[in-house]
Amino acid sequence: MPQITLIEGITMALAHEMARDPSVVVLGEDVGINGGVFRATVGLQQKFGAERVIDTPLDETMIAGLTVGLAVQGMRPVAEAQFEGFMYPMIDHIASHAARMRTRTRGRLTCPAVFRAPWGGGIHAPEHHSEAIEALFTNIAGLRVVLASSPGRAYGLLLAAIRDPDPVIFFEPKRIYRQYKEEVADDGEALPLDVCFVLREGSDVTLVTWGAQVKETLDAADALAAEGITAEVIDVATLKPLDFDTIHESVKKTHRCVIVHEAPYTGGFGGEIGARLAEHALYDLHAPVERVAGYDVPMPLYKLEMSYLPNTARIVAAAKRTIAAS
Amino acid sequence: MSIVASFEIEFLQYLDPSGTLAGEGETPAFARDVRELVELYKLMSFVRVFDGKAIALQRTGKLGTYASCLGMEATHVAIGSALSVDDVFVPFYRDYGTQFYRGVKPREVLLYWGGDERGNNFSGPAHDFAWSVPIATQCLHAAGSALAFKIRKEPRVALATVGDGGTSKGDFYAAINAAGAMTLPLVIVIVNNQYAISTPRRMQTGAQTLAQKGIAAGIESIQVDGNDLIAMRVALDHAVKRARHGHGATLIEALTYRLSDHTTADDARRYRSEDEVAQAWKNEPLKRMRTYLTGMNAWSAMEEKDLLADCSARADAEVNAYLETKAQPLTAMFDYTYAELPLDLERQRAAALALAGGTK
Repeated sequence: MPQITLIEGITMALAHEMARDPSVVVLGEDVGINGGVFRATVGLQQKFGAERVIDTPLDETMIAGLTVGLAVQGMRPVAEAQFEGFMYPMIDHIASHAARMRTRTRGRLTCPAVFRAPWGGGIHAPEHHSEAIEALFTNIAGLRVVLASSPGRAYGLLLAAIRDPDPVIFFEPKRIYRQYKEEVADDGEALPLDVCFVLREGSDVTLVTWGAQVKETLDAADALAAEGITAEVIDVATLKPLDFDTIHESVKKTHRCVIVHEAPYTGGFGGEIGARLAEHALYDLHAPVERVAGYDVPMPLYKLEMSYLPNTARIVAAAKRTIAAS
Repeated sequence: MSIVASFEIEFLQYLDPSGTLAGEGETPAFARDVRELVELYKLMSFVRVFDGKAIALQRTGKLGTYASCLGMEATHVAIGSALSVDDVFVPFYRDYGTQFYRGVKPREVLLYWGGDERGNNFSGPAHDFAWSVPIATQCLHAAGSALAFKIRKEPRVALATVGDGGTSKGDFYAAINAAGAMTLPLVIVIVNNQYAISTPRRMQTGAQTLAQKGIAAGIESIQVDGNDLIAMRVALDHAVKRARHGHGATLIEALTYRLSDHTTADDARRYRSEDEVAQAWKNEPLKRMRTYLTGMNAWSAMEEKDLLADCSARADAEVNAYLETKAQPLTAMFDYTYAELPLDLERQRAAALALAGGTK
């Protein structure tokens, strides 16, 4: 089995599906001859041709609109936004058309498209290249919102996203694109969407997170273990539709929950999980739910970005507060 | 200084407002095919009768907001007749003439404006798009459809309509730009009815014509009298043929006039004069076709009387079918959100059902 990085997991999944299904096409800015600015689509145009790996004119609205047209007419387009911060012009097509095509036509037309983008901060990038905008999409009915957080899950979840009959927003934490390698077989086995992954079992506190914060959170669990606190770590992976049951089962056991995300605090998806815990798990909790999130400020330029992003120390401190509270 | 590129926009008209063949040069074969012209005239007449009945339904509380197509019948019917079933039609929201030609039932139009999504699950070609309310977005869906046909090497064409106001939007420019850059089998028809709700055409752009926007995109562009069925059909036949044979996209600006309010929620008297509207009625498309057909001895007053009675009866039957359609169960709003209902949504569906007493 090859040892691959997260971004190589993306490339491997795209190549696998393009070989398996002739209706899969990739489109975006610089995805062809250049292989994408992060090299997520490297080698695909050589392998599958310029008709299926399409360098588009420079317009995100155009990419999103073409993607809707392609998907409705029976293709399986995988559109790349070069950075998540350039997705705002795509939202009209995603929200007004892709997400509602099936229900608008009562099942006559569908939109099996993937909109993928490098996501989040931590790579010292220019303005608009470090956003965590997943919550903008979780409030749009009809979408799936997926975040990959390891090479294996990047491969398996992207396969599932491409095969899914409905539109999927697929975010790739660029900070951990090349952070580490793991063995991933190119076996075409998709991972399930709509489920959380329990990455580590524990009994004292549940740490719920997604994206690049999975790494920080696992490190926090190590630090807590050194102090005799065992933390359960859950990668939500598919934010929408949310597999709340897995989180609830964990909290029934640990009675404490810390939600970690790098998106701004107010209106972040942590609020949704916290609200559901209040609705369904209040009497299971021995301490208030904690959120470790980005601040309600525009993502700062890179000299301050590490002060903005949640980190292991903040997660450990929040977990300890939940222990101290009960 | 030297000129590196120069362009011109042609205007196409065969049948002038008086119903006389006025086009210079050869008369197109289509203008001599009175059998087909009579059929298309009949459809234009039906559309107009239907439109009136739909407005009456709204005024009597039996239909929601409705967008009328009064005055644009020639443009819409010409588009219908120029496409094949395999082509994909990507409308905005008042293109009933095209849709009826393609098999959409009037009752389905009423169902949609009557607040029922099943109107979009219509009897026209299964690959045709539904009505698109966000202005000009449909132009890119047509371009994407055309790209799919090109990738699969299918001899099919995508045709989108857009209003004059829609040509101000980035989506419109993006679509024609993609069409030029990628040589897409696409036709975009600007139904220039002179108004975007209250905003007149002259306030949308400083450009002399809307057709010339296609020049910058590198696609063939033409302005046509949109109330002249013959000119529209000639321009469309040319554009569709080019697209089908891999020669690229065409932009057609159809000059017409919205004789109605924007929708039933609008009052056009607030922003245009009675004189202007009276003048526009002199250019309307049905009268000129009727005059032409009568002059060709292909139509008579008696036939006109019978036609109007027939249109009225058929439209009434559609209205009745619409009024008799049973409402959807409330669960329908959940059942088409995803291919398979996620657990999360299944619970919301069950809760909504329980609130309704579990009966629907």
